[in-house]
Order: sequence, then structure tokens, then C-alpha cells
Amino acid sequence: MLVPIRWLKSYTDMDVSLEVFCERMVMSGSNIETVEVFGEEIEGVVVGKILKIEPHPNADRLLVAQVDVGGGEPIQICTGAMNIFEGAFVPVALDGSRVPGPLHGKEKVEGGEIIRAGELRGLVSNGMMCNCTELGFSDKVVPIKHRDGIWILDGEFVPGTDIIQALELDEAVVDFEITPNRPDCLSMVGMAREAAAVFGTALRYPETDCSKVSAEQTGDHIRVAVDNQDLCRRFTGRVVKDIRIAQSPWWLQHRLISAGMRPINNIVDITNYVMLEYGQPIHAYDLRHIRGGEIRVDTATEGEIFTTLDGQERSLTTDMLMIRDAEGPIGIAGVMGGLDSEIRDDTSVIFVEAANFSGDSVRATSKKLGLRTEASSRFEKGLDPNLAAQACDRVCYLIEMLEAGTVLSGSVDLYPEPANPKTHEIRISRMSHVLGVDLTGEQIEGYLNALEMKTERLEDRIRVMPPTVRMDLVEEVDYVEEVARMYGYDRLPLTLPRSHVESVRTANQMIRETAKNTLMGLGVNEIQTYSFVSPKTVEKIGLSPEDPARRFVTLLNPLGEDTSVMRTMLLPNMLEVLSRNMARSIEGMRAYELGNTFWVGDDPQAQLPTEKDVLCAALYGEQESFFTLKGILTELLSVLGIEGSDFVAETGNAAYHPGRCANIVYRGAVIGTLGQIHPTVAEAYDLTQTVYAADLSFHALYSLVDMDKKYEPLPKYPAMKRDFAMVVEEQVQVGDLEKEIKAHAGDLLEAVKLFDIYRGNQVAKGSKSVAFSLTYRAKDRTLKEAEVNEINTRVLVALKEAHHAVLREM
Amino acid sequence: MIEKLRQMVEEAKQKMDRAASLADAEGLRVKYLGKKGELTEILRSMGSLPPEERKTLGQAANTARSQLEQLLNENMERFRQMEKAAELSAETIDVTEPGQVIPIGAKHLLTITTDEIIRVFSGMGFSVSEGPEVETVFNNFDALNSPPNHPSRDMTDTFYISEDVLLRTQTSPVQVRTLLSQKPPIKVIAPGRCFRCDTPDATHSPMFQQVEGLAVDEGITMSDLKGVLDRFAKSLFGSSEKTRFRPHHFPFTEPSAEMDVSCFKCGGKGCRFCKGSGWIEIMGCGMVHPNVLKVGGVDTERYTGFAFGMGVERIALLKYEVDDIRLIYENDARFIRQFK
Repeated sequence: MLVPIRWLKSYTDMDVSLEVFCERMVMSGSNIETVEVFGEEIEGVVVGKILKIEPHPNADRLLVAQVDVGGGEPIQICTGAMNIFEGAFVPVALDGSRVPGPLHGKEKVEGGEIIRAGELRGLVSNGMMCNCTELGFSDKVVPIKHRDGIWILDGEFVPGTDIIQALELDEAVVDFEITPNRPDCLSMVGMAREAAAVFGTALRYPETDCSKVSAEQTGDHIRVAVDNQDLCRRFTGRVVKDIRIAQSPWWLQHRLISAGMRPINNIVDITNYVMLEYGQPIHAYDLRHIRGGEIRVDTATEGEIFTTLDGQERSLTTDMLMIRDAEGPIGIAGVMGGLDSEIRDDTSVIFVEAANFSGDSVRATSKKLGLRTEASSRFEKGLDPNLAAQACDRVCYLIEMLEAGTVLSGSVDLYPEPANPKTHEIRISRMSHVLGVDLTGEQIEGYLNALEMKTERLEDRIRVMPPTVRMDLVEEVDYVEEVARMYGYDRLPLTLPRSHVESVRTANQMIRETAKNTLMGLGVNEIQTYSFVSPKTVEKIGLSPEDPARRFVTLLNPLGEDTSVMRTMLLPNMLEVLSRNMARSIEGMRAYELGNTFWVGDDPQAQLPTEKDVLCAALYGEQESFFTLKGILTELLSVLGIEGSDFVAETGNAAYHPGRCANIVYRGAVIGTLGQIHPTVAEAYDLTQTVYAADLSFHALYSLVDMDKKYEPLPKYPAMKRDFAMVVEEQVQVGDLEKEIKAHAGDLLEAVKLFDIYRGNQVAKGSKSVAFSLTYRAKDRTLKEAEVNEINTRVLVALKEAHHAVLREM
Repeated sequence: MIEKLRQMVEEAKQKMDRAASLADAEGLRVKYLGKKGELTEILRSMGSLPPEERKTLGQAANTARSQLEQLLNENMERFRQMEKAAELSAETIDVTEPGQVIPIGAKHLLTITTDEIIRVFSGMGFSVSEGPEVETVFNNFDALNSPPNHPSRDMTDTFYISEDVLLRTQTSPVQVRTLLSQKPPIKVIAPGRCFRCDTPDATHSPMFQQVEGLAVDEGITMSDLKGVLDRFAKSLFGSSEKTRFRPHHFPFTEPSAEMDVSCFKCGGKGCRFCKGSGWIEIMGCGMVHPNVLKVGGVDTERYTGFAFGMGVERIALLKYEVDDIRLIYENDARFIRQFK
């Protein structure tokens, strides 16, 4: 909401600096987006009168003008603008002056541009005649007739007058952020009400009483019927005759321009001006084109076609509220009028309509038609129906004042259920109870009265009657806010709650934190990726058609296909991230994501999908292998107290290399998978390096985690080590050998460690040599050579029987 | 004979002066004191001397022996030291060669920021609560006092799964879940992912993260809200920062406010970073609207509460001076590792 300060001051006499105004408005609830002080970048620009124009002797497209800029001799200015004429008053930037710009064909320069005298094709040019944009007006709001060429000023001026003074250009415009609960502030009067309350000044409402009303009655020219009162709470209007369409006076144009609207002509400008004053949209019809002199407010028929003011044909539906005349539609209620009944230069009688349409209906219509207008957005937010008649009278007042027409007596006003002021009772004690400061009844009443609310003291309560424009006030708590902001949030003390509640974290939160810290220690970097993905990811990753991970939670209105379903796995996002890093020539990366996946069908009764935590880890780089990743996972599981899981070769997972993939099995259940990414998948993701990845069903780990640590006494007696190497066939898995060792070594075996695997000339082709180091120890005594030898022999025999392992000379 | 002994010692001294290594010194030891050494030979030959002479010569020989021994000991120790020094010197390494780094991993910037926020609020007694990313329209809007036609409910603003189910647009539904499942006193914060129909650019992301806060108890006031959030801001951004609370509007709080922190770039004087205002908006907050408390069956006469919500990305961008939100979800290793 753009508020020109000088305009605002016409309703209330606050006398504060711009800084103080802004500061106190912000702190009382009217937040400010920007403040622009117009005219700050204009220096040395004066009004000039063109005395004489001659063609430039050396250029066809240039004119040479002698311009009176006050004080002595006229100055000579060369220009390419052809719209100037002798006797015209124009803005002249003198030698050394400054204009905001942008200059013709250039970008805007911060601080403006300095204008210097110069020579144009051999003739001296002592300045520049300005157009509107050179003086800093936006193209969007400049009147159409001033858009091209030099700005020809209306009226008479003393040549040499500073342009800022002449046109009152030094206007500060404050852009307020209006929250959706305060549509009443989308108006000058509304903002003036706020300012008056903040600065303790009186609020002056705009003049609305016409003094030269014609004896003719509005009712003789127009009859109105409202068929759908639910959607049209009030319909009011007046007829004005003898319309003289003209340009608005500068003060009116200037206010509209400052508030961001382009001046058109006096009648349109007045309706826009009053809309800005009250927030009430106004529509003016050319009465000639209201056929039969009657208006009917009713919903459209299905498929009806109507051409709006902007020349677009619109196809209507039965829920859209229309303004009709005797023969057909002339406007879409609250959205846009029709092309046919538009105000034209020859319009002589108009009907000024100010109505109150249902915000929900206007919103639905405007959404369906894809047509949002200044009017529709105001109706959507909600309007006080009492404004309609005031605004309509104000339009008539201004028409009369600008001598643009003769207002007829009376009005049509269909307003069967007037909105009467509401009353609420609020408790004085509640204010202190919520805010934490002691406020007296007098203080509270004072704040509310300043906001034009009537109050009445009832012992420990106050009865409040707010103005009807304050539709946001419906219950006690709304007044708590009013009192708080008028008292000043900044005056509330800083205290801490007295209650003592202990901060607790759930077991799962702590498990996740432990996992993240462990992975951090293991050199794995955390990534975070979108929760929504492309459904094509499951194809890229090679999921089978019946895989439950294909049953997606699907968005009805995604931004695009690539974010249209909720992820069921993290691996695809991970591969994308690694691929991106490879593409950026990053040599290696260890990454993990611990995040949510979304599953339907787990519980058919559930309204919401099940969200399951998954951990995906992956790595690439020169030093990385299946086993570096396996080591990371093993250490992570160990930290979480999940010891003794098996890595079981898996050949059927399409995402992974069939010979380099394992399921992680714990107590019979698969809790995760790791492996080298399948070459086909790697190709699909443009992975130029080998990637090893793992996904863990983290949600399944929560119940398995055992992070209770207990001290185990350090060994008192020495250990005895036995190292041996054996030759086995290539397909024998070392995991099985290790299991065999553990199964036969008994309780005295403290640790078993694989320390070497050898393939090569020293062993037969298709075989490998595997070397283990076994550590034996008893808790209560020193072991004897003989007993360890006996156990070790038993182990070797078992390995030979089960796996044809042949002991190798060490 | 005595003269010979004297000469021997003298000669040994001279030879030792010329010795260059431990081996040279050892050679001298053998030459004089070895089994067939010169002094040994003299001592051996003493048996044939008359007792008187033997006594005199014995004394002289002992003196010579101790002189020789001292000479040898001192010099051999000297050579040992020299050789050790030479040995160590040969082992010299180039200490400017790079260290063998075992790189630690980095947590994601959002995790780091969220953890910092949690740490501050944990210290003030807030527990961490969570809720689902796919939520009901009821929890996300209705129960939070959002008007039925509020524009934020539009399909241009909110991602829907069905008419009643959506991707939560804020972490505020955790307030509803908490109020439905817990009795006051309540003090929770709820970090989590949220979704809105924003096309990604430098300052927007269709997925972003928030931390929600809720405190409900007897006697909680708006002054408490200010106190808690002021302490939070000082703890996160520095104790010299000031806070400012401006009236604002949210459907689920009343009175509502936005909290600004004094601009840490210019110290509040006004600069490009804070758009000249001297303040940077950090979060929305307010006293929980009675309509929200009622959803949880809370007695609004007995209990009051405050709530707040902040964007984690916004805090992270401000605190770590990151200028493009897209970097956060790009996961470039060079970006992530800056925050290790």
C-alpha cells in the first residue's frame, strides 16, 4: 500500500519527521517495505516557457527553441522532441542541474544524472527539456499523453520557478506491508486512522456533501434489483449528468501517480482516487449503455460469453455474480466492467456504482477467470458495507468540485441488512495476564479510543464498540493485540518463564545424533536432498515392477515432474549428488544422508503415509573400495551396539553389481545393503568413477541399538597368538572360514583377525591363501602352550574338513 | 722403565688427539690396554724385576694405566656422542612435507544450524519434538485458526496429496500434535522440513526447514516470549546484538510479532545488507491464539502460551554469509566441507 505522506496529512495533522513517522508506524503494527522520497534527485530544474521554435539548420530531426527560464535572456535548447510548441510551459534542466533519470535510452543511474550545456550539430544547447521519466516518474504511471515527448505542463507558471515547488514534487511515499487481517488499512483513510491513533491527532473524514445537487432524482434514471443477496450485501449508486470528460487537475493526477496509478481522465481518476481513499471499489457506467435503465445483480448462466473492459471474451459459469441490464451482462461483479458500458470521451450521463460483494464469491470468480484486478483483490480481503454509500457520495462530491458534472438527488441503495457496530466485552485483568505488564482500565480505554473505538467502563470490564471497518476484531484476544501494539511491544519487559521444565531428547533423536557424529568421525560428509523426487528414479535405479518402493505418495500440484512424488529411497538423490560432484571434477567424496522416506499401504486405515528413516552412504575416489564402505558401516553399527551382523552376498539387487553386493543381516533380518553401483545404473547417472553405496533401514535399527556401555576388566594374564595361512579354493568366502574358526576355537579365543589374502604364483590357479591371526586368552590364568596348540589343531582340522583348507608353511 | 711409561702416556695422548672416530679410539685401547697391549706387556714383564723396583714400577704403571683409562673413557664417550649425533642427523626429515590427514566428515550446514538452535533452546528447558512432513489439512491449517479461504491454502501456494492431505507448509502442525498429546507445562521446539510452491532461486526453495517453538503453562506472558527469544538471539548471533519486536499478524498467534535482530553487518546503522533499516528480520512469533489451545483441550483461562517459528536456511544464510539458498541443497563437497 503506497501512501504519499502529503496526501495522508490531509486527513490528520501529525507533525513529525519522516524518520519518526516511519519508526512509530512500524512499531505500532504498520510495517514498512520501502520509503521513497521523490524529488531528492532533482536539482536546478525550472519551469521554462518556450518563446520561439525554429528548425535546426544542420539537422532535420532537431528543433532549436528559445526558452524563457526567468531572469534575463532566454536560453537556447536543441531538442529532438517534436511535441513542443511556442507558448508551452516545460520542465527545463539547466546547465549543471541534476535529474533522476533514466535518460533516454540509458539505464537508471543511482543519484541521478548531471545535465551539462553542450553543442548539438554546431549549435549551443544550454540545457535539456525533460520528459516525465527523466524526472523520475515510472513509465507505468505516467499519463498516456505525457508518455512520449517533452512533458507539457498544464496551466500557467512564472518562468524560472523551481519545478519541485511548481509541481510540489517533493513527496515522500511510504510503502506499507498490510497484513491480511487489516484490509481496512488498504486505504488512505484507514492508514490515517492508524497514524492519528499513533500520534494522538484528530482524524478528518473526506468531504462528501454536494452543494449543487440537481432536482432530478437518481431513481428516475435507474432501477436496481438484487436477486442474490448472499453474494451482494449492498448495492448503491447515484446518477451524474452533464459529464465533461477532461484531464484531472495536477494535484489529483500527482496523488494517483504517487500512489502507483496512472491518471486517465477526470471521471476514472475520481473513482480510482476514492477507491484509494476508502478502499471501496467504484465503477462508473455510461448510462446510455445500461439498456432499459435497469440493473439486475444475478449469477451468470452456464457458458454465457461476456467481453470485459480489457477486450477479452470471458466464458462464464453459474456461480459467477454478474451485473446485468435489461438485455444482458454489463459487468462481472467485483471483478471487471464490460467494454460496452465503459466511460468514453463523449459520455454525458453516468451511473456511479459502489457495491459490496461477497469476498468468497469474487475470489472464486476471479480465480476461475484468471482475472485479478484492483477491485477483486479488495473484495476478496473483505470490505465494510457501510463504506459503499460514503464512497459513492465522495465520488459525486469530487465530480461537482472539479466541475465535471451535475449530481442528481437521491441514490439507489439496496442494503437490506445493514452492518451495525458490534460490541465486545473485554476483561481488564486479561490484558496484564497475557502481556505481563500492569495496565489500568483508563490506559486500555485510552488506547482503544485513539483507534476510534467507543468504550464504556463496567467495573472490571470494558465494553468496546469498534468502527465497523474493523472487521478483524471479533473477540477479547483481538483487543489484547490492539492494546499491546498501542502500548508498544518495545515497552514490554524481557522476562523468562517461571516454570521449570526439563529438556529431554528422545532415544531416536540421540541415536540419529550418535550416527551423525560417528559418520563425521569416519570422514563421511552429510548431504541433504529434496524429499520429493521424480518417479523415473525407480526406473533409473532398476527397481523391479512389483517393488513396493514404486508405490509413491504423489503430489497433486507439483512444480514439475522431477519433484512430483515423495521419495521411497535415498539412493537416487545420492547418486545425483555424487554425479554432480564428479562433473565438477571433485576427486573423491564420502557422503551420507539420514532422512525420511514415505510409504503408502503399510496401514490401509491411515490417512497419512508412514515416514521411515533411511540412511544412505556412498563414496568414490582413488582410495575407496567395497571394503572401505563396509568398514564404515561396521564401525557405525558397532558404535550403535549392533554387533555381529553378517554380510551375505546378494546377486539380485538391480542397483548393485551382482558380484559385489551384500545384504547386511542381523538376527535373521536384512537391515541394509551395500555394494558397487551396477554399471548400468552408473551409466544412467553419468557416474564416471566407481561408486560404492549402502542403504540402511535406519528405522529398523532404533529397537536394536544398545548404547549402554559397561566396563570390562582389562586382561590380567598374557595372551597367546597363533598365526597360520591356508590355501582354499577361490569361491570359499573368508566369512565362512571365520565362522568355522569361531565355532571350533571355544571360549578361549579372544579375537580372530584376517591379516592377509594372497593370490599368485605361490598358490595354484583358482586358489587363494588366507592368513589369520588368532588370539587366545583366559581370564583367570596364563595359558599353557599345549592347550592352545590342541585347540588350534582342532580349528585347523575343522577348516580342512569343512572347506578343504590346506595349511601353508609360514 | 718409568720414563718409558711416561712416554707411552704422552704418545697415547698425541695419538688420541689425532684419532677421528670411535674405531680409532678403540684401536688405541687395544694398543695400550689390550691383552697384548703395551702397558699389559710391561706389567707382565714386571714379575722378573726385583721387589723394590717392582713396587716403584707398579705404582708408576698403575698411574699410567689410570691416566690411559681416563683418556680413553673420555674420548670414547666423546666419539660415541659424535657418532650418535651423526646417526640422528642422517635421519633428518623435511618437516615441511604435508601431514597425512585423516579427514573428518562435515555435517550439513542445516544440521549444524539446527543443532545450534536446539542447543540454545535446550538450555532454556525446551525438548525436541517432531512431526510428519506429509500432514493433514486439519493440522496444518484448520487447527491453527487459518481462515478457510486463506490464500496460503491455495494450490498455487501449498502442495497437496489429496483434499485432506498436504505437504506441511510450516512446522506449526507440531504445535497441534503436541497440544493433543501433552498436558502443560509444555516447552518444545520442533525442527523439520516444510514445503511451499516456490520456484527455486537465490532466496527461495520449494523445500526449506523451520524450527518451531511452543511454550504453554500457567502465567506465561508476552514478556516471557520476548525474554526467551532475546536470549536466543544473543546466544546465536552475539551478546551485543539487540532485538526488536514488531506487531505482525499470524492466524495462530495473537498478539503476533516479528522479531528483528540488529544488523550484524553495520551494527544497526543501516546498510545494503539490512536494506538501510539497521534491522534483520529473524522470525515470527506471538502468544498462542486461544482457538489453537482449545483444539488441544487446553483451559485457556488457566494456561497461556507463546509460539515462534524461524527459517533455518535464513538463519544459516545470515550467520554464515551464504548468498544463494540453492547451494544448500546442491551438496557440492567443496561447500559442505567449509563447515567441518
